[in-house]
Amino acid sequence: MYNFEIERPGTIEEAVAALAAEEAQALGGGQTLIPTLKARLAAPAKLVSLSGIAELKGLRREGDRLVIGSGTTHAEVAREAAEAYPALAALAGGIGDPAVRNRGTIGGSLANNDPSACYPAAVLASGATVITSTREIAADDFFQGMFTTALDDGEIITSVSFPVPQAASYQKFEQPASRFALVGVFVAKFADGVRVAVTGASEDGVFRWSEAEAALSEDFSADAISGLSVSPEGMIGDLHGTPEYRAHLVKVLTGRAVAAA
Amino acid sequence: MTKVSMTVNGKAVSGEVEGRTLLVDFLRQGLGLTGTHVGCDTSQCGACVVHVDGKAVKSCTMFALEAEGAHVTTIEGMANPDGSLSTLQQAFQDHHGLQCGFCTPGMIMSAAALLAENPRPSEAEIREYLEGNLCRCTGYHNIVKAIMAASGQDVSSIAAE
Repeated sequence: MYNFEIERPGTIEEAVAALAAEEAQALGGGQTLIPTLKARLAAPAKLVSLSGIAELKGLRREGDRLVIGSGTTHAEVAREAAEAYPALAALAGGIGDPAVRNRGTIGGSLANNDPSACYPAAVLASGATVITSTREIAADDFFQGMFTTALDDGEIITSVSFPVPQAASYQKFEQPASRFALVGVFVAKFADGVRVAVTGASEDGVFRWSEAEAALSEDFSADAISGLSVSPEGMIGDLHGTPEYRAHLVKVLTGRAVAAA
Repeated sequence: MTKVSMTVNGKAVSGEVEGRTLLVDFLRQGLGLTGTHVGCDTSQCGACVVHVDGKAVKSCTMFALEAEGAHVTTIEGMANPDGSLSTLQQAFQDHHGLQCGFCTPGMIMSAAALLAENPRPSEAEIREYLEGNLCRCTGYHNIVKAIMAASGQDVSSIAAE
């Protein structure tokens, strides 16, 4: 690792001010960023640790929404969202391993937008709102391709506001070595329709499968998508699976998610 | 260099670290607590697991400065006050839960974290909880058995005597 300074501000305002420095980078739980720094794939001059900011932590209900502070760990979401939004809690409880879940945060995962990360699927399928230090961003506008988001330099995610669906499920087909999603599908059924978000599969990162959404909004059953197919075009192909394999998994996992929701 | 202070195994400690100094390096090189091991250095193997404010974390994937003010427990803090092995440590010895022993500090710390939140875990729960701790010797059966025994459960039905 190249060396850098670490600053640990206590408020969002101080963190934003610290991030205005040249080559400064926000540090969430570090479960992706620290391995990246070790591999010298990033070389910030300064890391602004968000872990000392109390107002970024915790979950709360706001009417029919569940609002989760960006510094909330996966373990906390797994435990504390279990009643309010069980599918989201189950997703959080399946990320990494217990020690990783004690450090990794929802805000860090979303800001990184790894194409195989779990949280982007939940946020996009829920139609959640990403709240930052400067504005609110709809999930449909937030994710802009592999490792790319709508966040500006120095902008920090402060919380994520989820509308709680009537029924939902996340189904992940784990890549057996990394346990990241080879493909993961989050299905969320709301009064006004169904949203389906897919992670792990596309070279453009998380995406909505709109044909399935239309079919499932008419008839919320696994049979409703039996006639659909997913094009392998634009799907990730690597030693773990071909584009055709991933496209096939999208449909299989969507069916499983509907059945489990 | 920046000064960092924390409580490790009940003792107040401090030292000078760089921004990039990992918690595990501060423990091992700064404090001489070499019981915590670095296996993979890529947050996969779990040999470096310690408790920070009661939570199991991979100390190779956390900066020392992030533990400022925290209560850290390492394998050196797991024995009984008189120096004898704790119930969990003794169970690893009794049930051959280790061979080369390299992964054992992390296994003990993860197992202790599991038992703190789930005092009588099932075999499946133990195996799932140890997902982030790799052992290349034992095949895990005796580790699982040791943890079940430490939680006061009958281990006669566990695989691989």
